[in-house]
Amino acid sequence: MIHPSHFTAVLLFALFASTVFGITMRDTPRRMFRYAAYCFILFIGSTIVLSWVMFLIAR
Amino acid sequence: MATTPNKPAAAGKTSTNKTSNQGFVYLPLIAGWLIPGAGHFLLRKWIRGSLLFVCIIAMFILGLAMQGKLYTSAQDILEMLGVAGDLGGGLLYFISRTMGMGAEPVRTTVADYGTKFIVVAGLLNIIAAVDAHNLRTGRKAS
Repeated sequence: MIHPSHFTAVLLFALFASTVFGITMRDTPRRMFRYAAYCFILFIGSTIVLSWVMFLIAR
Repeated sequence: MATTPNKPAAAGKTSTNKTSNQGFVYLPLIAGWLIPGAGHFLLRKWIRGSLLFVCIIAMFILGLAMQGKLYTSAQDILEMLGVAGDLGGGLLYFISRTMGMGAEPVRTTVADYGTKFIVVAGLLNIIAAVDAHNLRTGRKAS
């Protein structure tokens, strides 16, 4: 049994999902890597932005 | 978009495409569904297959380790969608169910994350299996 924090869970989710997206959505290794990095940054970035939005709404 | 999407492979242009319709074209799809990455291994895409194998299995196991729930019955529409997502895991799902894993009801927030990890691992496995099928048929260039 593991108890990751919400952010750790997001990091793990983003890492695995981005890797699969990169491999399946692009056709050369360089473009796969770039697309995976792009997806990873979007996952993490949107999480941070939405977290701040919810924090400000809750105040 | 960071990069442009894939261009479809020109049919019959290369020698790979000439041979791509020989044999059972659905084998990579079925193998990839049963075992994550197996479809790519059949096509000799060793690195891609290994990465898919590691990512999907790690996500599924992490989901179970977080005490995520495996959907077993389809009482309502949301549970039906959950079963469909879990079934995407292929043998991982059937083995886990046989071993009695993921049977506990969700009581904590972390367990809810785990349930989502399991469902998404199944959905990612379906994407990977379809990718292997597209490589096999020549719809995806390489």
